[in-house]
Amino acid sequence: MVAVTELPLLSILIGLPLIAGMLCLFVSAGAARWIALAATLVDLALGAWLWGAYDPAGPQWQFVERLGLGGGIAWALGIDGIALVLIMLTLFLMPICIGASWRAIEKRVPEYMAAFLMMEALMIGVFAAQDLFLFYVFFEGGLIPMYLIIGIWGGPERIKASYKFFLYTLLGSVLMLIAMLYMVLEAGTTSIPALMGYDFPADAQKWLWLAFFASFAVKLPMWPVHTWLPDAHVEAPTAGSVILAGVLLKMGGYGFIRFSLPMFPEGSAAFVPLVFILSGIAVVYTSLVALVQRDMKKLIAYSSVAHMAFVTFGLFSFNRQGIEGAMIVMLSHGLVSGALFLCVGVVYDRLHTREIDRYGGLSNNMPGYALLFMLFTMASVGLPGTSGFVGEFLSLVGTYRVSTWAAVVATTGIILGAGYMLWLYWRIAFGTARNADAAAMPDLSAREYWLLAPIAAAVLWMGIYPESFLRPIRADVGRLLERVERAAPTGDSLPTAGKPQSATHAPEAAH
Amino acid sequence: MVRLMPILPELILAVGAIALMMVAAFAGRRGAGLTSWASVALLVAATVALIGPPSNAGPLFGGLIAADAFGAFGKAIIFISSAVAIIAAHGWFERGTEHASEYPVLILFSAVGGAVMVSATNLMTLYMGLELTSLSSYVLASYRRGDERSAEAGLKYFVLGALASGILLYGISLLYGFTGTMTFPGIAAAFAREGTHSIGLLFGLVFLLAGIAFKVSAVPFHMWTPDVYEGAPTPVTAFFASAPKVAAVLLATRVCLDALEPATDAWRQIVIFSALASILLGAVAAWGQTNIKRLLAYSSINNLGFALIGLAAGGPKGASSVLFYMAVYVVMTLGAFLVVLRMRGRDGEPLESIDSLTGLSQARPALAAAMAIFMFSLAGVPPLFGFWPKLLVFNAAVDAGLVALAVAGIVGTVVGAYYYLRIIKIMYFDEAPSPLVRTRAPLERMMILVAALIVSPLGYLLIGPLGRWSDRAAGSIF
Repeated sequence: MVAVTELPLLSILIGLPLIAGMLCLFVSAGAARWIALAATLVDLALGAWLWGAYDPAGPQWQFVERLGLGGGIAWALGIDGIALVLIMLTLFLMPICIGASWRAIEKRVPEYMAAFLMMEALMIGVFAAQDLFLFYVFFEGGLIPMYLIIGIWGGPERIKASYKFFLYTLLGSVLMLIAMLYMVLEAGTTSIPALMGYDFPADAQKWLWLAFFASFAVKLPMWPVHTWLPDAHVEAPTAGSVILAGVLLKMGGYGFIRFSLPMFPEGSAAFVPLVFILSGIAVVYTSLVALVQRDMKKLIAYSSVAHMAFVTFGLFSFNRQGIEGAMIVMLSHGLVSGALFLCVGVVYDRLHTREIDRYGGLSNNMPGYALLFMLFTMASVGLPGTSGFVGEFLSLVGTYRVSTWAAVVATTGIILGAGYMLWLYWRIAFGTARNADAAAMPDLSAREYWLLAPIAAAVLWMGIYPESFLRPIRADVGRLLERVERAAPTGDSLPTAGKPQSATHAPEAAH
Repeated sequence: MVRLMPILPELILAVGAIALMMVAAFAGRRGAGLTSWASVALLVAATVALIGPPSNAGPLFGGLIAADAFGAFGKAIIFISSAVAIIAAHGWFERGTEHASEYPVLILFSAVGGAVMVSATNLMTLYMGLELTSLSSYVLASYRRGDERSAEAGLKYFVLGALASGILLYGISLLYGFTGTMTFPGIAAAFAREGTHSIGLLFGLVFLLAGIAFKVSAVPFHMWTPDVYEGAPTPVTAFFASAPKVAAVLLATRVCLDALEPATDAWRQIVIFSALASILLGAVAAWGQTNIKRLLAYSSINNLGFALIGLAAGGPKGASSVLFYMAVYVVMTLGAFLVVLRMRGRDGEPLESIDSLTGLSQARPALAAAMAIFMFSLAGVPPLFGFWPKLLVFNAAVDAGLVALAVAGIVGTVVGAYYYLRIIKIMYFDEAPSPLVRTRAPLERMMILVAALIVSPLGYLLIGPLGRWSDRAAGSIF
C-alpha cells in the first residue's frame, strides 16, 4: 500500500494518454487506433488500482503530489472520494469511446485519437487538480480538443456547433477566472483544499458564487444557458457525444461540489431559490422540448439537461441525501446517456440518419440491440434496480426536505422523462419497420456488444448495490456537510414535534 | 573605458552597424549574406554583453539613460527578435533583386534605437531612441521598392509617424517648460510637488502619452497599423510586431511608472480607455479581415490592450506582468509570422490571404499544428502558455483594485477568440486542397518549432525563471 501511494499515480494517469496522443500523430490510422485503445485500457487498469488503493476511511486527500512551478501555480494533484469516482467514470468511458470510433471514423484517424487522448488527460486533470490555476488550465484546456472533435469529425452543421460550444463555455468560464484571482488575493493561497476551509466575507461570497455559477451553469448546463448542448451533441461524432454527456457535463456538477458549496456556503445558501427555480424550469421545459424532438440525439441531449437539473436540486438541498443523490445521478447519467448515445451511434452507422421516423420495429431484426437499448431507457427513466433510480430518488428526498414545491416540480420530471424515453423506445423498437432498409439492419456486432455490455453491467451494479459507489464519497460528503451546515436553509418538510398531549393527561391518570 | 562598459551592447550594435553599412555600400547586393549573418552575430554578442554591468550599473551620464535590469530585459527581447527577423528575411526575399545588404543594417539601427528607448530616463534620450527606431522602420516598411503597397506603407507610416513624433515633442516641450527638467526623476518630483492641477503639466502628459500610444499602436492611435502591416514585406511586418513594439511598451511603462508616477490618477484613466478600446477594436475589427497580415495587425492591437491593463494596474506587480506579457507575446507573434512567411503559392509567390490556409492541416500537419498553437495561445486559451501572461495582467489589475477593468478585459478575450478560431476552422475544418507548396527552410522550421514549444504547455516550466526575471526587472524601476 505504501509503495502505491509513493508512486505519482495521478501524474501517470494524466501523462500516459498525453504521451500516447503525441505518438498517435506520427503513425498510421490502424496503429493509432491500437495505441489509443491500449493507452486507455492501461489507464483504466491503473484506475482500478487507484480505486483499490484508495482508502475511504483514510485522510481526505490521498495520492497527493505537489511540484511548485513558481509564480503562483503548482502541479498539485490529489483526490478525495468525489474526485475518485468521477475519474473512474472518465477512465471507464474512454476505451468505450475509442471502440465506438473504431469503424465510424475513417478520416484523419491519428489526429482523432490524439484529440481524444488529450481530452482524457485534461479531464482527469480537472478532477485531480488541487491548485486553483491548474484546475482552470485543465478546465478550459478541454475546450480545444472538443472544439476540434466537433469541428473536424462532426455533422453538416459542425462549424456553427463548434463555435457555439467554444465561445459559450469560454464566456462562462472567464468570469470564474477573475473570481479566482480575487480569492487568491484575499486568501493568499492557490491550494484548493486550503480554500475549501477559508471563510470569505459574506458579501464577497455572493459575487464569487455568481462568477463560479456562470461557468458551471454553462458547463452543466442549466436552463437557460443550455442551448449550446443540443447543437454540440447533434453535430459531434458518437464518441464525442459520449464524452460530452458522460464527463464534460459532470465538470459543472463537480465544480459546484468542489468550489461553490464549500468555499461559499453563505453565497450558495443565498442563491438556493435561484438554483431551484432554474432547475425546476429546466426539468419541466426541457422535458417537454425533448418530447417533440425528431432527432434521437437531440432528444437525449435535452434529456441530459433535465437530468442535470436533478444534480443541482440535490446539491443545493444542503443535506446528505441530496448531495449523495446528486453524485449518483452524475455517475449514472454519465453511464446511461453515454450508452444511449452509443445506441444511437449503432443505428446511425447502419442507416446514416438520426430521424426517429426512419426507424421502427427494430426489436424484430435487432433483438440484442433492443434489449440493451431498453435497459438504458429504463435506467434513464429511473426504474428501480437501475442506477438512475438510486440517484434520482436520493436527490428528490434531499430536495423534499428543503422545499416541498421544488420536490413536486422535480418529480414531474420523472413522469415526463418516462414519457419521452418510453415513447422514443416505442417508436424505434416496437411496431413494424417503416423502411425496408431499417428492417434489414443486422444486430449488434461483437464489437458493439463489447462497448455496451460493460456499461449495462455498471448500470445494474450501481442500481442494485450503490454502496460500492457511495462508500468512497461518504466521508467527503460528510466533510462538505460540516462545512455548509452553518448556512443550510431551513426546510419546510422537516418532521415537527407533535403536541405533548400525554404530558397533560398523565397527572390526571395518576389520581 | 570602464565608464562605457554599461552601454556595451549598444556600442557593439552601433559600431557594428556602421561598419556593416560600409560593407553594404561597397559590396552591393552580393553582401546580403555576409551582412545578414554578421548582424545576427552582432545581435547575439550584444545579448551576451547584457550580462554584468549593462543590467545593474544604474543611472549613467548624468541620468540620460539607466543600465538596469528593466532595460536589460527589454533589450534581450529586442535583440533576439531582431535576430529572428533577420534570419527569417534572409530566406524570404528573392535573392539578387530585392534582398540588398542594407536590410539587416537597418534592423540593427532599429534595435539600437529600441535599446535606447527601454533604458532612457531622460525625455531627450527617449526621443532620440524613438526616432532612431522609427526612421529605420519607415525605410524598412517601403523596402520592396518595386511594390506599390510597400511604398504606400512606408509613406503612410512616415507621415503619420512624423505627426506622432511632433505631438510627442510638443508634449516633451510642455513638460520641460513647466518643470524645467528633462530627467524622469525631476519630472516625477515636479508632479509630486504641483500635483496634476497644473494645466501645462497635464497637457504635457497627455501629449506625451498620445505620442507613445502611436508607437505602441494603441487605440485611438492605431490607424496606421493594419495598412503598414499589410503593405510592408512580411519579414518586416514580423519585425514591426515584435521589437519596436516591445520597446514602445516598455518605454511607456517606464515613463508612466517612473516619471509620471505621482500623476498616476491622471494617466491611469487614459491607459484604461486605451487598453479597453484596443482590446475591443482589435477583436471586432479583425472579424472581417481576409488578409492574414491585417488580421495579425489587429491581433497585435488586441494583445497590446492586455499589456496596457497591466500598465494601468501599476506598481511592481503591474510592471512585472507587462514585462512577462511582452516576452510571451513576442514569441507568439513571431511564431505566427514565421508561419505566414512560409505561405508560398505554386510559383513561389508569397500568399497572404487567409483563405490560402485552407486544408493546411491535411497538406502540412506540422505547420498547421504550429499555427493552431500560436492562434490559441494569442487568444489566451489554456493550456497554452499565452494564457499565463493574460492571467498575470488580470491578477495585477485585481490586485490594484481594478476589478471592473479586469472583467471588461477578460470578456474581451472571448470576443477576440472568435477570429482566432476562424483561422483554426479554415486550417482544420474546411476541406479543400491546400494552395501552398512546400519550401525547404530548415532554419525557419527550427525557429517555428522552438516558438511552438515555448508557447505549448511546456512553457509553464518557464513561469518560475521568467517570472523571477521579470519581477527583478520590474523592481529596478521603483
